[in-house]
Amino acid sequence: MVSPVGAFAAPVITDAAGLGVLVAALGVDGRRVIGPVCRDGAVVYEPVTKLSDLPLGVIDEQDAGVYRLKKTGDSRYFAHAVGPQSWKRYLFPPRQSLWSARRRGKGFEIVKDTPAPAPEYVFLGVRACELAAINIHDRVFDNGDFADPGYLARRGRALIVAVNCTRAGGSCFCASMNCGPRAEQGYDLALTEIVGDGGLRILIETGSERGAAIMAGFEAPLADKSDLAAARDAVRIAEEGMGRKMSQGARKALGKSLDDPRWDEIAMRCLSCANCTLVCPTCFCTSTKDLTSLDGKTAERQRVWDSCFTLDFSYIHGGSIRRGTAARYRQWITHKLVHWHEQFGMSGCTGCGRCITWCPVGIDITQEARVITESFVKGG
Amino acid sequence: MSPLPALNDPMLPRPFRIERAWRELSDTFSLYLVPQKGAKGFAYRPGQFNMLYQFGVGEVPISISGDAAEPLKLVHTIRAVGTVTDAMAGLKRGDVIGLRGPFGTPWPVEKMAGQDVVIITGGIGLAPLRPAIYHLLANREKYGKIIILYGARTPNDILYRRELEKWRGRFDISVEVSVDRAGHDWAGNVGVVPNLISRAVFDPLHTTALICGPEIMMHYSVKALNTAGIRDKRIFVSMERNMKCATGFCGHCQYGPHFVCKDGPVFRFDKIRKIFSVREI
Repeated sequence: MVSPVGAFAAPVITDAAGLGVLVAALGVDGRRVIGPVCRDGAVVYEPVTKLSDLPLGVIDEQDAGVYRLKKTGDSRYFAHAVGPQSWKRYLFPPRQSLWSARRRGKGFEIVKDTPAPAPEYVFLGVRACELAAINIHDRVFDNGDFADPGYLARRGRALIVAVNCTRAGGSCFCASMNCGPRAEQGYDLALTEIVGDGGLRILIETGSERGAAIMAGFEAPLADKSDLAAARDAVRIAEEGMGRKMSQGARKALGKSLDDPRWDEIAMRCLSCANCTLVCPTCFCTSTKDLTSLDGKTAERQRVWDSCFTLDFSYIHGGSIRRGTAARYRQWITHKLVHWHEQFGMSGCTGCGRCITWCPVGIDITQEARVITESFVKGG
Repeated sequence: MSPLPALNDPMLPRPFRIERAWRELSDTFSLYLVPQKGAKGFAYRPGQFNMLYQFGVGEVPISISGDAAEPLKLVHTIRAVGTVTDAMAGLKRGDVIGLRGPFGTPWPVEKMAGQDVVIITGGIGLAPLRPAIYHLLANREKYGKIIILYGARTPNDILYRRELEKWRGRFDISVEVSVDRAGHDWAGNVGVVPNLISRAVFDPLHTTALICGPEIMMHYSVKALNTAGIRDKRIFVSMERNMKCATGFCGHCQYGPHFVCKDGPVFRFDKIRKIFSVREI
């Protein structure tokens, strides 16, 4: 699926009109293009059919517990950072039917409809941190013992058009997680917006054969050295503009600080609302729901997103394991930054910053990790 | 990529018929299940569990408590403690439930050949250990001493009482039962199970211990075993957590870095020692 960058077609340079042609070309052959659009005061991932659907000149002000869109004269279509949604909404939908059952005599029979073929999505505007998150889910949903066929089918068909960030969001810290801001691999096409005297130019890099097939019909001049340098500079601005970073050594420190008093201090602020887990592009926990018809003849089992912040999540007879908010926050952050490594050989955090922005009380994962890491270093 | 055929879907329950249902204790019952289609039996290893589905109500993880050497006789012992298990308590011969499995890690019954074996368990914790006990007894010559230490709240709460009494009458194993409280007609031990460990006689350098019970009981059992000279690598415990999928996807059973459903439920104690004593983990 993924080959070294540059092995397919040489990068080309285009402009806004060219981007419009590309958006149209992405949507042929039954492909469903999903990209950033403004809705309800946020940039969300919704169907995109034409260039004007994209949030031209829209900037998001983000900080801990803060998110505001601002319309500017910026000529970029991807000047915003990541919004509340992530691509997991499409690859790993919030609600999936597992099967249904019909009562038959004393027993019942399970009915599993042959699933409709997975839609062929084109994800337009996948940021480096989001590519990293998708890469993480590829590992989670094929865990060596079991695989999730639905996820793998949707994932296998999805085409990824990455966008290299040229502006850092207020909560971003991907650079310190080694996940961005430049998409290094795993994309079919990658776009970099370059703002210069001549207006907006867009560098298009090809990362796969499928990307090359789309670019085959696309007429644009090859990018020259100065274009590549300008694109690199644009991404560097995002990298240098990141105000937050994850502490080095957080993994070790958190793993050895399970009894740290800081957990109780965080619990005094944390509402245990589960926002962080729902906006997180890598959180994968689910619950099952059993729906029964009123006449009791049919039943359906659904898989729905769940969160480790609920009391029910850890319930076994006699009570929940994680009764306190401190234990639930500790579970979430240590899973992301510590135990994920042991489970999947990688961090569960990509530095996208969503959990910081969408926390109603502004709890900042980088700050909490820093406090605990520093106290561990001092104490140890 | 095309979706895998539904047959291989580990999330899909298979219908099993109740061949026999019987009461074990006031709140505990057993179900003997046979596959509704194709009676080829059900292969599993001692210590593994299944996800049992009650039509229209829900699904619960239940350890298999029968004899793994008799794959045609699939037995689960269940305590009615919630919506699903309460509904299952009303199941009768001929009723049908759904089953997914088997899942999870087994007791290391083969690896402990040649060793003394101490089995420490309380309450319904005996159910997941019974397949291991059957295996030990069926292969008695392969093991050294076999010691079963069992605890229950009262004499009326002793699970598999007739079997325990039968095993207690054998000359090749030793069985000690302790209850938390009892009347004058109780001639056995009174007190918590870990207290029985210091009195048990085994070769600490060549003993494997299998424990299943409430975490606090397992905690003190491990302490007593360590005091008796058994190292963590020779101690195996069966953990319990909330489970929705049993395939490592739902995340509910996470226990530090482990998924209890697939890395457990049976853990070698040295692998979990660091987190075992952490509260609410």
